[in-house]
Amino acid sequence: MKIAVLSGKGGTGKTTVSTNIATVMNWNYVDCDVEEPNGFIFLKPEVKKTEYVKIPVPKIDEEKCIRCNKCADVCQFNALAGTKTGIIFFDKLCHGCGACTMVCPVGAITEEGRKIGKIDIGNTESIKCMRGLLDIGEPMAPPIIKRLKALVDEETTIIDCSPGSSCSVVAAIEGVDVAILVTEATPFGLHDLKIAVELVRQMNIPFGIVLNRADEEHDLITRYCEEEKIALVGKIPYAKKAAVLYSEGKLLIEDEEYNKMFKGIGERILGVKACS
Amino acid sequence: MQLVIISGKGGTGKTTVAASFAYLSENSIKVDCDVDASNLHIILGGDDIEKKPYIGAKLAHIDSDKCIKCGACEKVCRFGAIKDFRIEPLKCEGCGACKVVCPSEAIRLEDEITGDTIITQTKRGLLSRAEMVIGAEGSGKLVTQVRKTAMQHKKEDEWVMMDGTPGIGCAVMASITGCDAALIVVEPTQSGINDFERVHSLTKQFGIKAFVCINKYDINETIVFEIEKLCQREGIEVLGKIPFDPCVKTAVNDFRPIVSYEESKAGKEIINIWNAFKNKYKEEDIK
Repeated sequence: MKIAVLSGKGGTGKTTVSTNIATVMNWNYVDCDVEEPNGFIFLKPEVKKTEYVKIPVPKIDEEKCIRCNKCADVCQFNALAGTKTGIIFFDKLCHGCGACTMVCPVGAITEEGRKIGKIDIGNTESIKCMRGLLDIGEPMAPPIIKRLKALVDEETTIIDCSPGSSCSVVAAIEGVDVAILVTEATPFGLHDLKIAVELVRQMNIPFGIVLNRADEEHDLITRYCEEEKIALVGKIPYAKKAAVLYSEGKLLIEDEEYNKMFKGIGERILGVKACS
Repeated sequence: MQLVIISGKGGTGKTTVAASFAYLSENSIKVDCDVDASNLHIILGGDDIEKKPYIGAKLAHIDSDKCIKCGACEKVCRFGAIKDFRIEPLKCEGCGACKVVCPSEAIRLEDEITGDTIITQTKRGLLSRAEMVIGAEGSGKLVTQVRKTAMQHKKEDEWVMMDGTPGIGCAVMASITGCDAALIVVEPTQSGINDFERVHSLTKQFGIKAFVCINKYDINETIVFEIEKLCQREGIEVLGKIPFDPCVKTAVNDFRPIVSYEESKAGKEIINIWNAFKNKYKEEDIK
């Protein structure tokens, strides 16, 4: 079973929820927030294997090239441009689709792998952990996320996603069994939560909400969940001790109260799956 | 003068600082680069005066009358976007490889609207922002368009004040490219310092002058010390340290910038940071 944790808004506590529940429930953990992965700070797994993620990019044989420009014309991402002296390739614009290779009439294009990031694989005492890491200066996260997803096995796994609602989040939650949306009780949190809700509904993924830094005075999230008939699977109150543990890179479940709380949330997540 | 406020990590207080700067700098056009989860308009308010659809991608379409169900397109698609002779829009990257191999010309590429760019008239000047289509491709291109729209409306002597996006990928690259300065909002946590280092490497690669402000500095002063040491080593000036202040949450819930609360200690420090920044970029530096 795959459980995605996403949020819309950044900094609501996706990684806190993911790492604590993974540990307390003995579920494997995958960090798909490849632009800024932080899960390993808290889980501290021993990394046993690292693999590089490459995307296939064109390599043009200048001697075979007849300057017909068909490759540049077919490229939808402007990664190839025809000039008098030959074809220029802009590697960071290339999606690795292979259309250029297909249209070349003289077979002047072959493909080679270009590294855009890496994947670390390891484990803690009890669970398996993976994370993707996008190289600095690389724009495209989805190929790393897709590779990570391909490595996930049948065991129950938590997938920690990036903030927002763009193609990176779509790649991370594609094919998961259940999604957990983490939010906070502010108008920012609610605004971005609604975007995340629309995304998981569009993709037909059963989901529940975890309210982090809950505040009884401004409980606009609970009201929203009631109106929309969405399962609120957890409420984590704001506490200074949580903020301090988090800042030090420690899991909150070191504290008895939080340990119970995250176990409860984990069990209710299984309930969301069962109801769907 | 183009300033972008970024953080690497999400939720460190980018928008709190950006909304405050927007409020304090009346002579500026505001830009919200966070196209997939924009928040600046929530605080600044105002009315939308312009809304235009933006075509930021292509999407393949299969004409079922012409399709001979040979499956060539499905085999060639590297994004797994074709199944049973149908396109899955959320997976299609619009590359057109399927169109190339189709023997019966059943596939065409169509322009895809990836979002709307919006100009909002706020009490403190114009705000350029966007609403991205959920799950859309190419958020970086939409960010570039939001910045272009801002430049079309910008008055000659105005500064450009931009709220950036979290991360280091295409949207962030589109937010920071060509800026004169980046203010990185860092929170003193292990995650915060990790993400700050990554986003700072990016600003360095792009040759953008970086400044730092530390938010909620009193959560963990040991890490604040670590951040300050790191900044010193990298030659980055720390413009200020904002204390944890429950008033920040009140301000968000009241839809007001924190600097409009006279009693707020966080607000006071943000005013100091703004003044420090403004003094560095006096008129001669305005582009």
